[in-house]
Amino acid sequence: MKQKLFMALSAGILSVLSMVWSSAVLAEYPDRPVSLTVAYSPGGATDFQARIVTMVAAKDEYLGQPIVILNRPGAGGRVGWNHFASKAKKNGYEMAAYNVPHFIAQSIKFKTKYNIDNLEPIANWGADPAVFVVAKDSPFNSVKDLVAYAKKNPGAVTVSGAGLFVGHHIAFLQIQKETNVKLTYVPHKGGAPALKSVIGGQVKAGVNNLSDAYRSRDNLKILGIADNQRNKKFLPDVPTFKEQGFAVDDSSVNFRGVMVRKGTPPKVIARLASAVPKMFGNKRVTKQMNNGGSPIRILNRDQVKDMWKKRQVFLTELLKGL
Amino acid sequence: MEFLQYFSNVFEPFNFAILVFGTVAGLLLGATPGLSPTMTVALLIPFTFHMDSTSGLILLGAAYTSTVAGGAVSAILLKIPGAPANIATTLDGHVMAKNNQATKALHFCFLSSAVGGIIGVFVLIFFSPILADFALGFGPSHLFWVAILGVTVIATLDSSSMTKGLASGALGLWLSTIGYDDVQGVERFVVSEHLQGGIHIIPALIGLFAIPQILSMYAENIKAKSTAMYETEKQSIFQSAKYCLSRYKAMGVGSAIGTVIGLIPGAGGQIAGLVSWDQVRKISKNPKNFGKGEPDGVIAAESANNAMVGPSLVPLLTLSVPGSPTAAVLLGGLLIHGIFPGPNLFRDYPEVSWTFIDSMLVGQILMAGLGILLSGVAVKVLKVPKSYLAPMIMVLAIFGTYSVQHSYSDVLVMLSLGLAMFVLEGFGLRSAPLVLGLVLGPIAETNFVQGTIIAKAAGNEFGYFLTGTLNLTLIGLCVSSILYSLWSYNRQK
Repeated sequence: MKQKLFMALSAGILSVLSMVWSSAVLAEYPDRPVSLTVAYSPGGATDFQARIVTMVAAKDEYLGQPIVILNRPGAGGRVGWNHFASKAKKNGYEMAAYNVPHFIAQSIKFKTKYNIDNLEPIANWGADPAVFVVAKDSPFNSVKDLVAYAKKNPGAVTVSGAGLFVGHHIAFLQIQKETNVKLTYVPHKGGAPALKSVIGGQVKAGVNNLSDAYRSRDNLKILGIADNQRNKKFLPDVPTFKEQGFAVDDSSVNFRGVMVRKGTPPKVIARLASAVPKMFGNKRVTKQMNNGGSPIRILNRDQVKDMWKKRQVFLTELLKGL
Repeated sequence: MEFLQYFSNVFEPFNFAILVFGTVAGLLLGATPGLSPTMTVALLIPFTFHMDSTSGLILLGAAYTSTVAGGAVSAILLKIPGAPANIATTLDGHVMAKNNQATKALHFCFLSSAVGGIIGVFVLIFFSPILADFALGFGPSHLFWVAILGVTVIATLDSSSMTKGLASGALGLWLSTIGYDDVQGVERFVVSEHLQGGIHIIPALIGLFAIPQILSMYAENIKAKSTAMYETEKQSIFQSAKYCLSRYKAMGVGSAIGTVIGLIPGAGGQIAGLVSWDQVRKISKNPKNFGKGEPDGVIAAESANNAMVGPSLVPLLTLSVPGSPTAAVLLGGLLIHGIFPGPNLFRDYPEVSWTFIDSMLVGQILMAGLGILLSGVAVKVLKVPKSYLAPMIMVLAIFGTYSVQHSYSDVLVMLSLGLAMFVLEGFGLRSAPLVLGLVLGPIAETNFVQGTIIAKAAGNEFGYFLTGTLNLTLIGLCVSSILYSLWSYNRQK
C-alpha cells in the first residue's frame, strides 16, 4: 500500500515538474537569475562596482531577474576569463564583467582562450582613468619637472602601479613613450599597495586609479590625468597630459562593463543590450557609484564594440617588442 | 576621550542587535574552514547596502573581530585552522584538546583574544596619527626582512627534527612559486591548467590540515574500537579567567607583537600569531612544552592575532590606504555609504567613525562571552564518533574550498596536497611549517623583487637591503632568532 502511494506521489511530482520545465523553456528570457563572473576577488574595485551596478536588475523595467556575482579570481583575471570564454553557456544566463585594457592586452601578450573576437559586449558602466601621482613632499610639481629630472637621470625615477599589462602599466608605457624618457616601473600586487608606496616614499612616483588618488589627495600631488578631458566631478584642477604637451590619450582608461560569449542568440543579446545600459543609469546605482568615487561612463553595445577594436589596434602596436 | 561619547549609539536596540548578529555570524563563519576574515567581511558587504552607515559598519567591524577568533575553534578541536592567522593556534591548542583539555583551550583562546583585541583597538584610538607614519615607512626591504624573520621560525616549528622542519618549510616556499607572478609577469610550474591561478592559501590550508586528519581518523578507527575522539573536562569560566590573568606575560608579549605586526602593511595575522608564539616560547621557563599542549602557546597566538585587528586599520582610517586585504574590503564598505576615510574622517563623520570603533570594543567583549558559550556546544564535536565526523569534515573541506573562488581546480589542488601531506607526514614532515612557507614565500619574493628594481634604479643594490636603522634592527632580530634556535637545539641534545 505504502509503495503504491509513493509511486503515485512521485508520478504526480514528476508531471508537475515537467509542466514547470516546459513552461520555462517557452517563457521569455530571462526567467531565472543571471550570473555575472567577475575575474577579481570580492572587495576589489571591479567586484565592488559590479555589485552596485547590478543591484536593481530584478526590477521589471530592467531584467526582471536578479544578477548574481560569481568571483573567479587568479592570474590577473586570466583564470576567470579563460573559464568564461571556454566553459560558459551561450544562453544569456552566464555573463562576465570585462576590464579594458586588461583582457585585450593579455590576449595579445599571452596564450589565452579569449580575445575580442569570441566575446560579445553588452554595455559599459564605468571608466576609471589613470592618474600620475607623486608624494606631497616631492620636488616635482608638474609632469614637465619630472621629465626634466628623468632626462638627466635615466631610469632613476621609480613609478609604482598595479601589476603588469593592466591599465596602470599601459599608462606607464604610454607616458614613457610620449615623454621620451626612461622611467623604472615597479609592479605591485594591486592598486592599494602601489599607492601606499608613493605616499610612504618608497617610489618616486606612481600611476594609480583616479578614485583612489582622489581619496588620498591630502597626501599626494596629482600631476596629470591620462584621459582626453579633465575630470570635472572629482579633480577639476588636474590637467590632462595633452594640456601639458604630451600626447597621452584615453587608451589606458580602465573601462568596465558586461559581456557574453559569442554564439549567444541575437534575440537575447538585443534584450540585454537594451535593458542593461538603462539599468546602469538607474538613480540609486549612480548615487552609490558617486558615493564610492567611481566614475560612471555608460556606453551602449555599438560604442563598446568600437572601443574594443580601437584598443586592440593600439595595444598591439604598444606591446610590440616588449 | 571623544570615543566615550558614542558608546550609547552602540547600545541602541537595532545597532546592538546587529552587533550580536555580526559577532555570532563571524564566530560561526570563522570556524568554517574556507571562510577567512577577508572573505567573511566581503560576503557581508552587500547586506550593508540597505542599512544606514552606522549599522552597516557595526556589522562589518563585529564580523572582522570575531572571525579571527572563530577560526581558532576548528584549529583547536579539529586541527584545521579557520584562517592563516590561526595556524600557530593549532600547535598547542589541538594537543590540549587531545589531552582532554579542549574546554580549557577554548576558554583561554577567547579570553586572550578579547584582551589582545581590546589592546589593539586602544592603540588605534590613541596612537593612530603617530603610528600611521611608522606603518608607511615600511618599504619592500623591510617587509622582506619581516618575512625572513618568519622563515627563521619555521625550522623549529612542530617538528621533531630541525632538518625535517626546514624541508617542510622549503617545500612550502617552492609551492608558493607555482602560478602566474604579477610582479614578474611570468608563469611558473604551471604543468596543468588547474594550476594557472597558483595555489591559493585557503584551499592549501584546508588540504594540508584537514585531509591527513580525516585519513588518520579512518586509519585509527580500524584499530581502536573506541568511538568518541577525546574526552572533555569540566572547567569553570572563573578558573579559566584566573589562570589567564596569571599568564599576563604571555598575553602581554602576544598583544604587543600582534599590535606592531598588525601595523605593518602587507604582513598580516599569520605572521603575528607565529612570531608571538615563537617569542613567548623563547622567554618561557619551559620552552620544551611548546607544541606539546602548553596553554601559553594558545594564549600567545590568539592574543596576537586579535591584537592585530585594530592597528591593521590605522593606515586605512588615517590615510585612506588599506594595509591589509581585509582593510581593503572594509574600504569598499565605507565608500558605499559615502564615507571617505582619511585625515578628516573623525572630523567629518565623528558619529559614524567613533561608533564603529566603540562597537569594536564592545564587540571584543561580546565575542569572548558568546565564544565561551559557543565553546560549550562546540566541544561536543569531540564526542562524535570518528566514523561520522570524518565524512562531515570532508564535506566541509570540499564545500569550503569551492566557495573561496568557485573553482573546481582549487578542490583538486586541495585534495592532492592533502593526500601528499598524508604520505609526507609518514616521513616526519609537518603541515604547519609547510603552510607557513607557502604564506611567507610570496611576501618575501614580491618584496625582494620590488626592492631590487628600486635599488637598481637608485644605483644602490647592496645598501638598499642592508642599511638603515629599520633594516639593521630586523636583520638583528633574524640573526638572533637563528642563533637562539641553534643554541637551544644543542642544549636539548
